[in-house]
Amino acid sequence: MTKPINHTVREMKPSGIRKFFDLASTMEGVISLGVGEPDFATPWHICESAIDSMIDGNTHYTANRGLIQLREEIARFHEERYGQIYDPEKEIIVTVGGSEGVDLTMRTLVDPGDEVIVLDPNYVAYAPAIELAGGTAVPIRITKEHEFKLLPEDLAAAITDRTKAIILNFPSNPTGGVMTAEDYAKLVPILKESGIYVISDEIYAELLFDGEFASLAQFPEIRDQVIVINGFSKAFAMTGWRLGYLLAPAALSSMMNKVHQYVIMAAPTPAQYAAIQALKEGIPDIEAMREDYRRRRNLLVRRLNRMGLPTIMPHGTFYVFPDITSTGLSSEEFCAALLDSQKVACVPGTAFGESGEGHIRISYAYSLDHIKEACDRMEQFLGELRPTDARMADTADIEEE
Amino acid sequence: MNTNALLDLLEKDARLTVTDLADMLEEEEDTVRAEVKRLENDKIICGYHTVINYNRGLKDEKVMAFIEVDCRPTRDRGYDKTARLIASYPEVSTMYLLSGDCDFLCLVEGKTMFEVARFVYDKISAVEDVTSTKTLFVLKEYKKNGIMMKDEDEKKNVRLVVTP
Repeated sequence: MTKPINHTVREMKPSGIRKFFDLASTMEGVISLGVGEPDFATPWHICESAIDSMIDGNTHYTANRGLIQLREEIARFHEERYGQIYDPEKEIIVTVGGSEGVDLTMRTLVDPGDEVIVLDPNYVAYAPAIELAGGTAVPIRITKEHEFKLLPEDLAAAITDRTKAIILNFPSNPTGGVMTAEDYAKLVPILKESGIYVISDEIYAELLFDGEFASLAQFPEIRDQVIVINGFSKAFAMTGWRLGYLLAPAALSSMMNKVHQYVIMAAPTPAQYAAIQALKEGIPDIEAMREDYRRRRNLLVRRLNRMGLPTIMPHGTFYVFPDITSTGLSSEEFCAALLDSQKVACVPGTAFGESGEGHIRISYAYSLDHIKEACDRMEQFLGELRPTDARMADTADIEEE
Repeated sequence: MNTNALLDLLEKDARLTVTDLADMLEEEEDTVRAEVKRLENDKIICGYHTVINYNRGLKDEKVMAFIEVDCRPTRDRGYDKTARLIASYPEVSTMYLLSGDCDFLCLVEGKTMFEVARFVYDKISAVEDVTSTKTLFVLKEYKKNGIMMKDEDEKKNVRLVVTP
């Protein structure tokens, strides 16, 4: 008889997204709206830099924190675009995707028994990372009524003596919600007073369609408490390169670097060379992709509202989070029935937390033709689901936000 | 109405409906319809084409050649008079005036190599003021109007149906 494995791992539930899509992948002719990565290929000049680096023989380990040239470019990019100032020598660690950043921060900050606040609904990897580090995830519900923002009163109410940190992700997967500088300013005194750490996952920062990007890292009074997670996957269509980074004050960064050097050693070298090129020359690519996403978003949001699924116009990411409660179905029922009837795969909102009930997540990281086909099928599905007169009445009531 | 954005969308996909365009540009359908009409009337939008990959052998074979043409410019009208004479032939699908070694570059299409060759020596060379031509037959198309021409057996790039 074998010994039991780690208790936390044994009890951990598989991702709700994956569970649903295992079913979808067994069916023929399914069109998916579930993917959380850009449909664009990595811009070719970025790929070329990786190829060139290998031709030049740069195939060895880099410094633990990553190539200094890359860290300097990251520092420059963040200063110029977001007004975030970080020292490339002591405050930046290049990681294997943003995912490693989530794990590193949790391992570095959390002691057994600590609480870490997460938003609900939110990205699926945070709670498991907290639990693996021995902590407990404490959800704060965010709602459509408040455009999926974190409200100061909810933050204040969730903080206890055991709270160690909060993980934020704006622009948000799965809701597409964003926080403005004014929204954040209201949180700052609460964070300052409590002294809790803020992990700000800003992987969708460049996929912001309206307004100016804001971050808690821009408030000097809480600089010592804030860790920024970012990376190349979403902005530069580089998911497969697995490259991200952590920005944190020197004291924290050196602690996280201890974990990073033993667990990862260093991020892949060719990917780091590609990333230097991305930061130097890739801004026009970001802008072109963003315009494409914006148009798809506009089309998708209008069509969803017309078909009777109230959907707020999200200001960031490539997700929309329609409200499906008018159908009388739960999120899982809706997705299962839609898959069964029209072979369209969406992710139930509950995959991102209990508060996702009543919603589905739709990704628009797909070609326009793909999105239009999916919309046609969803219209068909909704038409079969409810009597004609009810649908007409619903549609008339719905105003785009 | 953002006309550049409208043209950008139509240039990539002329089949987009007025509803699709209005949705993407956050405009009313009537506004978009009127603007497209105006652009057509003003000959800013000059036509709509389909990009066909002839590598796939779905249609009758087509032979294409780029013809470099040199000519003597005519007094007062420069190159335009000769250009119009050449461009008027339906066999010429695209034509430019260039800087550099040759004056005009013409894309000529025909059913056979012989047909294209005969067109060059019978028609283009015979145009008044044309001094020389050079014919470059197209062997294979890789990319046309921004679209990659894929071979039949080329694999599609696979993304997972879902990401964790």
